[in-house]
Amino acid sequence: MTDAPLLEFRDVGIAYATRAGEVPVIPALSFRVSAGEAMGLVGESGCGKSTVALSIVRYLGRAGRLVRGRILFEGRDLATLDDEELRAVRGRRIAMVYQDPMASLNPVMTVGRQLMEVPMIHEGVGAATAHARAIEMLREVNLSDPEAVMARYPHQLSGGQQQRIVIAMALIAEPALLVMDEPTTGLDVTVEAAVLDLVRELRRRRRTAILFISHNLGTVVRVCDRIGVMYRGELVEEGSIRQIFTDPRHPYTRGLLDCLPVLGRDKRYAPLVPIPGQLEPALSRPPGCGFAARCIHVDRARCTSAPIPLLPRDGARGHRVACVRATELAPWARRRAEGTAADAAVVSDPVISTQRLGKVYHARSGLFGAGRAAVRALRDVDVVAVRGQTLAIVGESGCGKSTLAKVLTGIEVATDGHVTLDGAEIGRLGVDGRSRELRRKLQMVFQNPDSTLNPSHTVGYAISRALRRLRDRAPADPSAGVARLLEVVKLAPQMAARKPRQLSGGEKQRVAIARALAGDPDVIVADEPVSALDVSVQATIVNLLAELQAARGTTLVFISHDLAVVRYLADHVAVMYLGAVVEFGRVASVFAPPYHPYTEALLSAVPVPDPDRQYARILLEGAVPRASERLRGCPFATRCPRKLGAVCDDTPPPVQRLPGGHHIACHIPTAELETLQTALVEPSREER
Amino acid sequence: MTAPATAEALSVSPPATSRRRARDGWRRLARVGESTPATVGVLIILFWLAVAALAPLLAPYPPNATDLAALAHPTPSRAHWLGTDHLGRDLLSRLAWGARPVLVIAPLAVLGATALGCLLGLAAGYHRRWIDLVLTRACDIVLSFPVIILYMIILTTFGSSAWNIVGVLTLTKAPIIARIVRGMTLELRECEYVAAAKMRGESALYIMVVEILPNARGPLIVDMCLRTGYNIIIIGVLGFLGIGLPPPDPDWGGMVKDTYGMMSVWPHMALVPCAAISSLVIGFNLLAVGLRELGLRD
Repeated sequence: MTDAPLLEFRDVGIAYATRAGEVPVIPALSFRVSAGEAMGLVGESGCGKSTVALSIVRYLGRAGRLVRGRILFEGRDLATLDDEELRAVRGRRIAMVYQDPMASLNPVMTVGRQLMEVPMIHEGVGAATAHARAIEMLREVNLSDPEAVMARYPHQLSGGQQQRIVIAMALIAEPALLVMDEPTTGLDVTVEAAVLDLVRELRRRRRTAILFISHNLGTVVRVCDRIGVMYRGELVEEGSIRQIFTDPRHPYTRGLLDCLPVLGRDKRYAPLVPIPGQLEPALSRPPGCGFAARCIHVDRARCTSAPIPLLPRDGARGHRVACVRATELAPWARRRAEGTAADAAVVSDPVISTQRLGKVYHARSGLFGAGRAAVRALRDVDVVAVRGQTLAIVGESGCGKSTLAKVLTGIEVATDGHVTLDGAEIGRLGVDGRSRELRRKLQMVFQNPDSTLNPSHTVGYAISRALRRLRDRAPADPSAGVARLLEVVKLAPQMAARKPRQLSGGEKQRVAIARALAGDPDVIVADEPVSALDVSVQATIVNLLAELQAARGTTLVFISHDLAVVRYLADHVAVMYLGAVVEFGRVASVFAPPYHPYTEALLSAVPVPDPDRQYARILLEGAVPRASERLRGCPFATRCPRKLGAVCDDTPPPVQRLPGGHHIACHIPTAELETLQTALVEPSREER
Repeated sequence: MTAPATAEALSVSPPATSRRRARDGWRRLARVGESTPATVGVLIILFWLAVAALAPLLAPYPPNATDLAALAHPTPSRAHWLGTDHLGRDLLSRLAWGARPVLVIAPLAVLGATALGCLLGLAAGYHRRWIDLVLTRACDIVLSFPVIILYMIILTTFGSSAWNIVGVLTLTKAPIIARIVRGMTLELRECEYVAAAKMRGESALYIMVVEILPNARGPLIVDMCLRTGYNIIIIGVLGFLGIGLPPPDPDWGGMVKDTYGMMSVWPHMALVPCAAISSLVIGFNLLAVGLRELGLRD
């Protein structure tokens, strides 16, 4: 460990000026990052992580203010730098990567020029040198054909490519510190895995120090040496990856670990444990521990009387905890699945199913829609959802999962094949043509918590309107019905008077679930309902869905790109690629060999919050291709790491049927797949 | 201010929805005070509203009464604070009475244009396809006309009256509103809450009016303020061209028309009504700027 830290926060306090007065977002924060070290900052939304990131380069804006302490970078107090010096530090010595790559790139400049600008402005090198450096940098971030990429505009690149460009732009000036604020949130699992691997590799090669900010412990573990856990602007625990993951001492750290869905966890055997309550706004700070109100180990007398200092632990170097009970807590054990998942029910009572379902979009081009390009969003989809169980649809973005949801719910209509609900054909019935009874039976929960509720309407109106439209008889007292539904989703009845902007993301999603439940539906289609939420909130919503299903016998069609959540919640899984189902079966059989090479790749990309386990990773090159190309062979052939040869390109793969309703569409015989795949470490199997 | 105090008192009693709504409304109005341009704008508008409302009390003379004695010295004096015009009519009285038609016609025309524009914009943006095509083309045709010529044709054919001016302004301004609303509808119709409404089986009209329109109100209200200012200018122009409100009743544009020939001798005759028009337009523009600022802050 080097003695002089690269970055040091010394008792830093930051406050934001708001209409309600000055809010101390960060009361007093101290930590250090050494040269070449990767430090992770973890915590729920609103805990002050991003404020920390912004304060380093003095980007706090007009409202934010450093109220105390000092931020030292390479021994210099950043607050004392004038604008000229600050500009030299930003970009040259400290680089930042933000969550949304599109927002970091200039849409009217080619990425090549944007990359070349950095060394040209900061180091004053010539265009030729800058060009050579840019090409080299693009190669280093694993972008194939850098010359071609240089000439493109940001919108011509995929999300993963954009994020690589942003990383390349950050590293091209060879900074000493790279600050990454949720760099992979919003990316697909496969892309996320590739970006994280890239960051780790670049770090090894270049010895750049990294401050990595995330709400997900699973991503941090892949990149960092040390982790700081933040709660309400304070560091509550700090230590090496191993210390945090094997011996977490702060109840909040334990809470974050317990609510993380891991492959091999299952709603029946190892339920997720959400952290009770929610992050309170930092308006008032009672004395003592900020987490006390949500802590299950709280000891009121000791926890809430005096400020809790962050103290080093005896015998554990570098491990610091801010908890009076740190030494008293029992050793932490990862909750593991117990027993084997009994394959309870065989496919018996299908509620909703599709038969050779197809959906073709005709994209108009040219004058009067003369040139018509067809996009096959769904091809021959066969899936079944069993009454009272969960069918999960997984795949990367662009694989057709959301189109399937839209066709099931009637927002779009099928162009081929059938959708059957309780024996009745509904594939060609758009929402407008569906009867009230049909609409009641089948409801939907949407993805984006910010757009799922009308910002102009109160929660109470949203729910009571659904009650009125979906129930046969209008309820005598709508407010009682609203209160009852709010209670079902564990919200207080007073919430009815609120507008969506007064709710947190998790609360909005719960209201959306309540709205879907208004007609007591048989089937709920949930399109990525938790992908925009923090892990801790995600756990509450996932648990809520599981509970509702157990209590009401609702069938759930759960669409997600997160395999860990799917493993947890689903009974059946359909893996989709380019509009086709490549694998379908019971969750335990899909998540164990033999699996389709695409499922295998998806599984290997799932972040595993365990520092001891490293997997053989299967990286998928490129993004999902456009579905408009004429497809003769296997849809996955262009990216398949186990591709056999021409047969994959030319002949549609046979559907191989295995016992228990499990089928895989692949040219490789399942027996061979099984031997190939069992050789790799397989998480779900070992966990059990 | 007594309003917040009453609002607090109301909240103690069991909250009735109408009362709560009233309280929310007050709170929103009170926020105008947070923006300096909005406050100044509101003060200017309130000033002219007061002048218009109190015209019978404020005006020292009947608006059309001529003071032949003042004709020799029409400049501001103790008898005529702002002077008189070329016919010896008191400018202050004419200004106060002239505020009335402007402050009725301009907002009425804006309301009409907004209602019609919303209807067209919602229908075009929500249904798309041929309805969109027909409506946007129709709007383009109206917008491509040189408006002044359009006003002259219509007002000379049908005669110039307050109602006809409101009608003409409604027709020519609605396409602009329709464009704004159509653009926002195209965006808002893709929101998940619209999909949720469809899944409840709501009618297209319900979705347009209850789900989409309220979320377009922010930019619309700002635009209505700006549009009121523009309408005031147009009413002035119409008066100046002689196709505004029929004489002899005072009309700010007409007052300029009657007296601009005497600019070099008695500039105050034309400048006073010009200043009135400008200040009112500035008032509405400031309010629009302030509202936009407040909207961005949310």
